[in-house]
Amino acid sequence: MTTSPGSAPAETAGEPRRVTAAWQELAPDGGLRDAGDHELALDADQLRTLYRLMALSRRVDRQAINLTRQGALGVFASSQGQEAAQVGAVFALEEPDWLFPTYRDTVAAFARGVDIVEVLALFQGSWHCGFDPMRCRVAPLTTPLATQAPHATGLAMAARLRHDPIVALTFLGDGAASEGDAHEAMNLAAVFQAPVVFVVQNNQYAISVPLPLQTRARSIALRAAGYGMPGVLVDGNDVLSVYGATKAAVERARGGGGPTLIEAVTYRMEAHTTADDQTRYRSADEVEAWRGRDPLDRFLAFVREAGVVDDAFIAEVDGEGEAIAARMRTALFEAPAGNPCEMFDHVYAAATPQLLQQRAALDREVAAERGAT
Amino acid sequence: MTVTMAAALNTALHDAMRDDDTVVVYGEDVGKLGGVFRVTDGLQAEWGAERCFDTPVAESGIVGTAIGMVLYGLRPVVEMQFDGFSYPALDQVISHVAKYRNRTRGRAGLPMVIRIPYGGGIGAVEHHSESPEAYYAHTAGLTVVSPGMPGDAYSLLRASIEFDDPVVFLEPKRRYWHKEQIELPVRGEPIGRALVRRTGTTATLIAYGPMVVTALEAADAANEHGWDLEVIDVRTLSPLDTDTLAASVTKTGRAIVVHEAPRFAGYGAEIAATLTEQVFGHLAAPVLRVTGFDTPYPPAKIERHYLPTSDRILDAVAHALEY
Repeated sequence: MTTSPGSAPAETAGEPRRVTAAWQELAPDGGLRDAGDHELALDADQLRTLYRLMALSRRVDRQAINLTRQGALGVFASSQGQEAAQVGAVFALEEPDWLFPTYRDTVAAFARGVDIVEVLALFQGSWHCGFDPMRCRVAPLTTPLATQAPHATGLAMAARLRHDPIVALTFLGDGAASEGDAHEAMNLAAVFQAPVVFVVQNNQYAISVPLPLQTRARSIALRAAGYGMPGVLVDGNDVLSVYGATKAAVERARGGGGPTLIEAVTYRMEAHTTADDQTRYRSADEVEAWRGRDPLDRFLAFVREAGVVDDAFIAEVDGEGEAIAARMRTALFEAPAGNPCEMFDHVYAAATPQLLQQRAALDREVAAERGAT
Repeated sequence: MTVTMAAALNTALHDAMRDDDTVVVYGEDVGKLGGVFRVTDGLQAEWGAERCFDTPVAESGIVGTAIGMVLYGLRPVVEMQFDGFSYPALDQVISHVAKYRNRTRGRAGLPMVIRIPYGGGIGAVEHHSESPEAYYAHTAGLTVVSPGMPGDAYSLLRASIEFDDPVVFLEPKRRYWHKEQIELPVRGEPIGRALVRRTGTTATLIAYGPMVVTALEAADAANEHGWDLEVIDVRTLSPLDTDTLAASVTKTGRAIVVHEAPRFAGYGAEIAATLTEQVFGHLAAPVLRVTGFDTPYPPAKIERHYLPTSDRILDAVAHALEY
């Protein structure tokens, strides 16, 4: 699997570009075969947008790590190294489609347009989900692994029952792919030909446990054969190939062709979370080697070479990133703790008599505490 | 007319699907077969395979997909084929079904119904006679309902499907064939209200699901002893209607809680503790429990020794009267 961003002849910005993507597909014999180069109809604006989203993702991720170190976030799971996989995949979705992310897919949610401050509520501890899933069509970041995958299948089944051309996309990791819910979600999706795309970001580690302890198989994408759905193996650090493979899967799903399993091979360049010590399970040399395949560096080199971005544009994106980072600092540092009694307010549509009693009791306790200080 | 609980539930599903085209019913064998207890009989024939369909054998997936369906605006009613097979879905139920409204700060509630035939008494093999109600009742965000009589089964299932929050609907499988003279459709007391099934003055029997009939039998037999027992059908395990329970026990001064599930940390402990906290001054005796034993559910040939009986309930009444 060798898919560096393909060559693009220099053309006038704004014109459709001849850019290529490459991936491997499950063959009838059950193996994975190169699917050839796929031409992508991306114009210069779209290429710039991809670069912009990846660069901003890197910036907000770095800011989130710093905010964790400074105490504004309790913990954070970095996406650095996985920007191509996350941004490339969600870039293939249309506006009415749905995303079902995990806790690591913060920049995917950001790239879908969710306010990054609201995305980070989970890590800030202000509320579990800080954005409106119904408005954003982005489900809450989910921490019990793979449990959001059946939700994506269910939403896709519902869209199919209603004859709506809606696609659901869910991310899994190489660790989550071992969960029973990943299997059930994929099997149900295939049986009902639900328009859902499963994107496994294989970042080589489930916290400390390396890929060979998750699977003996050569590729997670091979599992697709067992479900009777297309399987795709793609370089997860090549945003164009991730986009191309996902776009093909999304279009197939939207056209009634059912689900696809995509394995995007990538690398988590930071520790599992800010609370993790990665020196206990992997070498600095290994991490450095993967930094040499940094998806942002690769794509920047490509769009520069292609004449799609220039220094001025890069500086503009950097400035936008700094502005977002500044807003993150302000919003996350200055966020009030919130009303503790709100913990009772969303358990049910109408609070039970028991909850109302407990709420009143806590209310008195909080008032007394305030009076004492 | 004479209606069994299974027929009442079936009619409730038919009527709900007729009245609301977002209602979909799915699970294992619920389509062509009509469910192993025939509760979904005829739904697929009448409403089509898009609205009543069979799934792969995947309980977590069944509940998990229902969550996605609710997010898209459907109102799924899913079936766990047996109590003992509902456990693979517990992660979805506890982590998501119960918490989604709260996780999303009230923005995404999950109106859906999870039907579970539960309890013993039908001579089943292991894993087919479990009483898991305490797991669900202990989980914030769930509404847990269990009917004791056919009319209530209809009424409560309709109310559960129309409810704004997820309902775990526990069907007492040994009472599927219990009959009642009622006219359907019937709408009774709402979710969250207990019902006094029989008024009395000597003591209060508190039961739900399969034990409502047993408690009523015990109350009939108690007449021979000169005891006039009140029987309360809890109907909604969460939230518990403590007012109705407290009012009854304030009057009778004695309470016996009856359930099939094991005693330790069981649902009866919650009722006993609540009554002790709320009406201690009116109690003439401790709140007693008549329950299953603290064992795994026994094999069919000896299950009658496990299940609470009318005689055991009357022994508990006698004990309460000794204080």
